Amino acid sequence: MCGIAGYYQFNNRQSNDRRTLERMIYPVMHRGPDGFGFFIGQTVGLAHARLSIVDLEGGWQPIANEDRTIWIIFNGEIFNYPELREGLLARGHTFSTHSDTEVILHLYEEKGKDCLADLNGQFAIAIYDSNKQSLFLARDRMGIRPLFYTLHNGSFYFASEIKSLFNADPALPREIDPRVLSEIFTFWSPAGTETVFTGVKQLLPGHCLEVTSTGVHEPLCYWSIPFCPDEPGRRSEQEYAAELRELLIDSVRLRLRADVPVGAYLSGGLDSSAITSLVKHYTKNPLKTFSVTFADKVYDEAKEQNEMVDYLGTDHHQVACSYQDIAAVFPQVIWHTETPILRTAPAPLFLLSKLVRRNQYKVVLTGEGADEVLGGYDIFKEAKVRAFIHAQPDSDLRPQLLKRLYPYLAMSPTKSAEYARRFFATDADVSDLFYGHRPRWKTAAGTHVFLTDHVLAQDRDPVQGLGYLQNDLQGLDFFNRAQYLECKVLMANYLLSSQGDRMAMANSVEGRFPFLDHRVVEFAGRIPTHYKMKALNEKNVLKQAVADILPTGTVKRKKQPYMAPDILSFFGEAEPDYLDYYLSESLLTEAGMFKPKAVDKLLGKCRQKSKQGFKENMAFVGILSSQIVYDKMIKNFKIDTPESLDNVKVVS
Amino acid sequence: MADNTTKIRTFIFDNFLFDAEEDALENDTSFLEQGIIDSTGVLELVDWLEEEFAISVADEELVPENLDSVNLLSAYITRKTS
Repeated sequence: MCGIAGYYQFNNRQSNDRRTLERMIYPVMHRGPDGFGFFIGQTVGLAHARLSIVDLEGGWQPIANEDRTIWIIFNGEIFNYPELREGLLARGHTFSTHSDTEVILHLYEEKGKDCLADLNGQFAIAIYDSNKQSLFLARDRMGIRPLFYTLHNGSFYFASEIKSLFNADPALPREIDPRVLSEIFTFWSPAGTETVFTGVKQLLPGHCLEVTSTGVHEPLCYWSIPFCPDEPGRRSEQEYAAELRELLIDSVRLRLRADVPVGAYLSGGLDSSAITSLVKHYTKNPLKTFSVTFADKVYDEAKEQNEMVDYLGTDHHQVACSYQDIAAVFPQVIWHTETPILRTAPAPLFLLSKLVRRNQYKVVLTGEGADEVLGGYDIFKEAKVRAFIHAQPDSDLRPQLLKRLYPYLAMSPTKSAEYARRFFATDADVSDLFYGHRPRWKTAAGTHVFLTDHVLAQDRDPVQGLGYLQNDLQGLDFFNRAQYLECKVLMANYLLSSQGDRMAMANSVEGRFPFLDHRVVEFAGRIPTHYKMKALNEKNVLKQAVADILPTGTVKRKKQPYMAPDILSFFGEAEPDYLDYYLSESLLTEAGMFKPKAVDKLLGKCRQKSKQGFKENMAFVGILSSQIVYDKMIKNFKIDTPESLDNVKVVS
Repeated sequence: MADNTTKIRTFIFDNFLFDAEEDALENDTSFLEQGIIDSTGVLELVDWLEEEFAISVADEELVPENLDSVNLLSAYITRKTS
């Protein structure tokens, strides 16, 4: 795991290239604290910050091919690299290291961009081909590892994090894009390629991009989540469950490959318990597990975690998290997310990765992705109930099902069935491509009352931002559509980034996600909808696949989504001092995103009563995080890059 | 009645519309359709009604017909307090 950065210069500018690369790589040193490497070519510069996990001695980057015409930097892991390496050796390639990085390089030599189909992993890759004077960038299928880019003054810059781009050239504009801001205040994340900063783009998951002397080419999609209409042929649930189990065992085995010990997060829920139990039953990996506990019992799952620890006998470590703990790290968390967020949920994960690192672990397996690909979320259940009510609109009994949906929430939206019926728009058209997500987006968009007229004037229908997904959604049923959207938008742009990569890497920890092995995802896409969620039993096939290696309670318990206290974190105990600055009228006015008077009223409401509704919670966390982004990434953005970097290996 | 309407409008502006202009809310605007009050907001509204007007809102009265606009709310309060 690592950080990468680099540039492509279109005008053959002869400036201080080495210093540019140093300025770019230094801000992501947390991603790779074990050392730096640089390559400077005619038009391209590459920089790498290394976290040593595979081939500890030899795996320094950049790495070149046999005749030193092709150079690579890489952030991530290729889990099937030993098998790929064998094939390459047999076909006559010579290796200078034992790393997975070099495997990509030789595969690229052979196959060009088609090499991506062979890779099982999580990655952001940059390859410079001096013969063609081209730069090739690629990102893993699900979006586990980040890759951002921008164009400025005749140079194309790319990096694992946006702060590297901003530090490349102080003249590079740093501005909030109001259209993306309103997307975030609707979807909880940007919709697609754009980031909250004007002109800064992300390479989408499953895409690659080529830069040549003629310019930046259109990104190409090399893989998309293959949700199919129900697979033809008759297979039983048990057959699907058995195949899923085999795939998961293999996925876990591959993800334990490392030259350092691998631990696991244990939330107490089904997914992380399943992964941990598979490790226990099918590998010899010593089990060290990590979890967060919450002082607020509404969010705490310590009892469930301890039940699993007792069952599996793991060496378990916990970090306790109070309201104040979340508030204390929140500004630092936003420095790492580099984007506004509407939930505080990443903060406890920041504390958790710190715990992992304190225990000298660098790699953890987690259960991320199971809910999306195997049908676990309440939003899917909600869509199913709404469609069920829609089919018989005169039924008095069907709306009662809505009451069963969200019992774990302190302020349940379904206390009044009639309201729930109206709120969940049960008369909506089920064939709408975004059917499952409309109620969630409508609730989130309630936060727009705080946006300034300037932001709202540039607002657009959220669907426009998601237009690039429309073709993929055609032909799917509403359940698969909701899953697809959840994978492409919330999982890729929030869960795997703000809550995943950024929180783990902030403490130099690498997350690995067995449920997001593309073979598992492709298989899950073929499971018939009525098996994935049987009646209202979520992740039915997964439960069957792992029932015999988990305590009954873990399999049968109602799913508790991972959440952290939002407004409560800032007002439940003591109010953090920084609120006065970030939410001051002057900074709000200067940033121009939110109406100062409206924010003042919201603050008053929070101070009066820290228990608030959905809209207030999302608005408060969203406004505060946006203001922090403005302050740290725009107004006071400053990274003092040392005159000389330590532990540097220069290769060129 | 007029007095109730003012009170209701003040409450809605303070708690759900925050700093919106006065004309952002007609007295017959549906709170639900305009996204002014979300489902958790309804419970907040009920808390306020019970406290401010010393009434008790029964479960079967928790319906949009009673609570979904300034005018509907005002009529409901009048019925409950008369």
